[in-house]
Amino acid sequence: MHAFNYHRPSSVNDAAALAAKQAEGKLLAGGQSLVQAMKLRLASPSDLIDLGAIGDLKGIKVDGGSVSIGAMTRHAEVAGSAEVKKAIPALAYLASQIGDRQVRNMGTLGGSLANADPAADYPAAVLGLGATVVTNKRKIAADDFFKGLYETALQPGEIITQVSFPAPKRAAYVKFKNPASRFAIVGVFVADTGKGVRVAVTGAGPSVFRVADMEKALGAKFAPDAVAGIKVKADGLNTDLHASAEYRAHLVTVMAKRAVEAALK
Amino acid sequence: MSAVPDRVHMTLRVNGEDQPVSFAPYKTLLEVLREDLGLTGTKHGCELGECGACTVLVDGEPLLSCLELAVDCEGREIQTVEGLASGTELHPLQAAFADHGGSQCGYCTSGMLMTAKALLDREPAPSRERIKEAISGNLCRCTGYQQIWEAIEDAARVMREGKE
Ligand SMILES: Cc1cc2nc3c(=O)[nH]c(=O)nc-3n(C[C@H](O)[C@H](O)[C@H](O)COP(=O)(O)OP(=O)(O)OC[C@H]3O[C@@H](n4cnc5c(N)ncnc54)[C@H](O)[C@@H]3O)c2cc1C
Ligand code: FES
Ligand code: FES
Repeated sequence: MHAFNYHRPSSVNDAAALAAKQAEGKLLAGGQSLVQAMKLRLASPSDLIDLGAIGDLKGIKVDGGSVSIGAMTRHAEVAGSAEVKKAIPALAYLASQIGDRQVRNMGTLGGSLANADPAADYPAAVLGLGATVVTNKRKIAADDFFKGLYETALQPGEIITQVSFPAPKRAAYVKFKNPASRFAIVGVFVADTGKGVRVAVTGAGPSVFRVADMEKALGAKFAPDAVAGIKVKADGLNTDLHASAEYRAHLVTVMAKRAVEAALK
Repeated sequence: MSAVPDRVHMTLRVNGEDQPVSFAPYKTLLEVLREDLGLTGTKHGCELGECGACTVLVDGEPLLSCLELAVDCEGREIQTVEGLASGTELHPLQAAFADHGGSQCGYCTSGMLMTAKALLDREPAPSRERIKEAISGNLCRCTGYQQIWEAIEDAARVMREGKE
């Protein structure tokens, strides 16, 4: 890799101060995307600000109707957490389906969201549950967080500290995965929140999105056949060597139906 | 931009021993293990997180040393394939891989062994499905997975019997 300066701040404030000073610097979480990008010369930060020593960014708290997860919490911890399994089983399941064991031991919630890979899993849960992304500066509603391909509402140097997920009445996540990387070719998160139904789709488009027609239909009747006839348009969806836009559009309906079935179990 | 220091000095704990080492701060754990500590059992594969050849255990968990910075590992317990055998006695996983033909060219083997060790340390009697899931991040391009699954099952049995 190219030469960079390494910093290991012990508080969010120190990390933010370093990030403000180093315009070409980058925050480092699990490194599962960033170190990879550095090796591919897609990123060449002058400085890496490692968030790994900041205790405040780690851990899972359940209180009342919501689950708060620190940005540096690894996927494996969320997948294995008895508290998350109890409060929002779909979220623990989603985390258990990310990559492989090695990746789940390193990759973090904050890193996944900041990276906003179009095929990442967590964005589907954040948007599907209507979670709140908390940063060192503000709270950002899920509906305002994801802006496009690898693009979020985060400002340069802004640090995700935690994410607060409201517990739904019932929810499920189903993905059609790339068998090698396990990234989502299409993943659908369906949640019956008590304040309405939310359907979030990842992998299909440049960024995670909701499907209003499905939400309306499921609001009227929460059953698989309510979405079976609802198609999304292929226009603007992703085409790559794994799947065409038309195929992805088709998968959205199939995965949504399966997610509703799973939520009812 | 301030100058990047040439080297950092620290003590890494590898296979139960403290190893003082100095290395360039932008090196991965994989590079430091192989180039600065001379532990070449851990392999360079894709370098991008995809193949698992570089898997080592850090605090008992398998992770990809090609995506982990060595500076991040100070104070943590690192285990590599060199630490598996006790003296001249092979670890049951190593013996079973040899007996079952679970290793052909051997390139994936150290990563497979370490991932399997992490599994068996936690789950002494995993099902075939659990074994498949556990090593799903380790690619093998020659042996085929059948022998590897069988080797891990056999090692698990030997390890359980050893404990009785
Ligand atoms: C082989 C492989 C398979 C994978 N499969 C999947 C999969 O199936 N599904 C899936 O969803 N993902 C998958 N991933 C991605 C992985 O799960 C990680 O979530 C992802 O790489 C980013 O998390 P990270 O903690 O590694 O972040 P890093 O790589 O360290 O950082 C990513 C970006 O986020 C920024 N960042 C990190 N933390 C913060 C923060 N707290 N605040 C603001 N910015 C921050 C960094 O500056 C950087 O730009 C896979 C990765 C690999 C290598
Ligand atoms: S070399 Fe690390 S995963 Fe391939
Ligand atoms: S034995 Fe050759 S890659 Fe597995």
